[in-house]
Amino acid sequence: MPTTGNPVLNLSVFGVFVLITLYIVYRASSRNQTASDYYAAGSSFTGAQNGVALSGDFLSAASFLGISGGIAANGYDGFLYSVGWVVAWLVGLLLIAEGLRNTGRFTVGDVLAFRMRQRPVRAAAANATLVISFFYMIAQMAGAGGLIALLLNVSSKTGQAFLIAVVGIVMVFYVLVGGMKGTTWVQIIKAVLLLLCVTLMSIFLLGKFGFSLSAIMEQATEHNKHGAAVLDPGVKYGISTMSKLDFVSLALSLVLGIASLPHVLMRFYTVPNASEARRSVVWATWTMVIFYLCTLVIGFGAMALVGTETIAAAPGGENSAAPLLAFRIGGAVLLGIVSAVAFATILAVVAGLTLAASASFAHDVYANVIKRGGAEPRKEIRVARLTAIVVGVLSIIGGIAANGQNVAFLVSLALALAASANLSTILYTLFWRRFNTTGTLWSIYGGLGSCLILIIFSPVMSGHTTSIFPDIDFAWFPLGNPGLVSIPFSFLCGFLGTMFSKAEPENSTRAAEMEVRAIAGLGTRS
Amino acid sequence: MTKAMWSPGETQHEHREIRGFASFDDPDTLSYVDSNGKPNFVLIQQTDEFRALRRRLTTFIFPMTVLFLASYLTFVLLSAYAKDFVSTKVVGVVNLGILLGLGQFVVSIVITLSYARFAKRRLDPQRKALAEKTGVEE
Repeated sequence: MPTTGNPVLNLSVFGVFVLITLYIVYRASSRNQTASDYYAAGSSFTGAQNGVALSGDFLSAASFLGISGGIAANGYDGFLYSVGWVVAWLVGLLLIAEGLRNTGRFTVGDVLAFRMRQRPVRAAAANATLVISFFYMIAQMAGAGGLIALLLNVSSKTGQAFLIAVVGIVMVFYVLVGGMKGTTWVQIIKAVLLLLCVTLMSIFLLGKFGFSLSAIMEQATEHNKHGAAVLDPGVKYGISTMSKLDFVSLALSLVLGIASLPHVLMRFYTVPNASEARRSVVWATWTMVIFYLCTLVIGFGAMALVGTETIAAAPGGENSAAPLLAFRIGGAVLLGIVSAVAFATILAVVAGLTLAASASFAHDVYANVIKRGGAEPRKEIRVARLTAIVVGVLSIIGGIAANGQNVAFLVSLALALAASANLSTILYTLFWRRFNTTGTLWSIYGGLGSCLILIIFSPVMSGHTTSIFPDIDFAWFPLGNPGLVSIPFSFLCGFLGTMFSKAEPENSTRAAEMEVRAIAGLGTRS
Repeated sequence: MTKAMWSPGETQHEHREIRGFASFDDPDTLSYVDSNGKPNFVLIQQTDEFRALRRRLTTFIFPMTVLFLASYLTFVLLSAYAKDFVSTKVVGVVNLGILLGLGQFVVSIVITLSYARFAKRRLDPQRKALAEKTGVEE
């Protein structure tokens, strides 16, 4: 197919990128890794560096390819989806970043268990982290499959499965060799490259249309089957009352879930203190705003220059809008660069997820639940590395199984899970003095459980032609995204669990310590 | 908190220099750090300075959270349920909805920068003052 450029060129651009990043990961790694090096890069990054890396976590297959593709296909409704990705950072900035940095060391479990009974809360926090990360990871790996199809023109499922396995292996290698430091550097390099790419492409597009967004959009309507209606809301989400409600649910999950993802929360530990954590969110917000402004231009640009039908027919479907546009305006070289960067994005994001999952298992489950806080640091790291390998293998299997599934959709489920299990619990534990162990367990398991149950009985799983099991119908929950129900439910669970159980006066000293550390930032190194 | 005794010859001024000792005889020398160098968080939590800091922080972040959630949900709900209104063309084919969406970006940047400024100008000095008063560092 002529529109996909030259697979050999694509592969070599990608190969060069992998080699460069591998070298950097190797250089960044220290020979004698401590737990702090492996989990939190020794807290040695600056706010600016971490901010770029944070945004790098979201310039992923699902957002860069998915959202520019969403705009190219659905116009306004694609843009509607992209707004939440920027606004969500305010949750991180105002409510979470500094308190989390001041009270935890490596994992979300550190914060949630700070003033509670250690073992049950750590176990619950680890369960939530593992489930959320697994959903998110499968989404990324499925995205990798679609992208490879386009990039290397590999259309057989076996070929794609083989390439997903290669991605998984390189990713595990990043994690094992580089730990958090190496992974963060890969994120930074990738984010800078991707930002450069999209900014240059947007400026070029705008220039081509006389610096008028309106002109791009006008031409775009001529290449979309919906015509001028594509500029108005409703093409995708406005079909029925239920699809509108489903969109509201998705929007809520987006805005509350992004800053509750375990691998994002873990990034706040890579900076030395709370004010650097704050700076990193400020940087991330700027980066995301620029990025999504460009995505708007690129999405409509792809609709105008490539045409929605051509995009839908290409291997990879909607996800191929940005690469195809790159080919259209910059030829095979630009396509190679954009695809390689997009591909590397998946690699880096999955590495971050693997790190979060392995840290949670080794630090929360192994060191604190099994060894009751008495684990040898060296052994803990060994467990973390072994977990990383297991997680890598699982993600390869999951990615191959989910290959071809809708990426943005799987991501939205992971976000709903994160917002349901983590957000309520973190906010209560940071800002509500009365909150106790029972409340913590209720809000984690209540949010996680209700969210999972609603997903299982949603139209996503069964009863529709687009479902995972289209032939049987056990769906009774009408919404595809459960956030609208499960997020408030987890807040309610946390509240009721706390009110129906006794206060924990024996933990009041820890509670005072937590509050002083979270709010005033005092004694955080003790 | 540890009660400390001091020898009769020692002056009170000298005593104040020693961190980690406090006496009920002299409330001014209440110590926020125990003899092992561990901060007494319960005592710090009860200071007026800490309470003022907590109040100042929460009266900023919670209203701001309500504000941006309200603004975002207004945009989402209008897009879902007031299609004709947001489809109003404003500049060329660019409609009100796109501008409202871009407005969310502006709201995000404004709140982000105002919080960063507020934290730097108001919160951080108060945190520093509390650190100096209690002798507990970061």
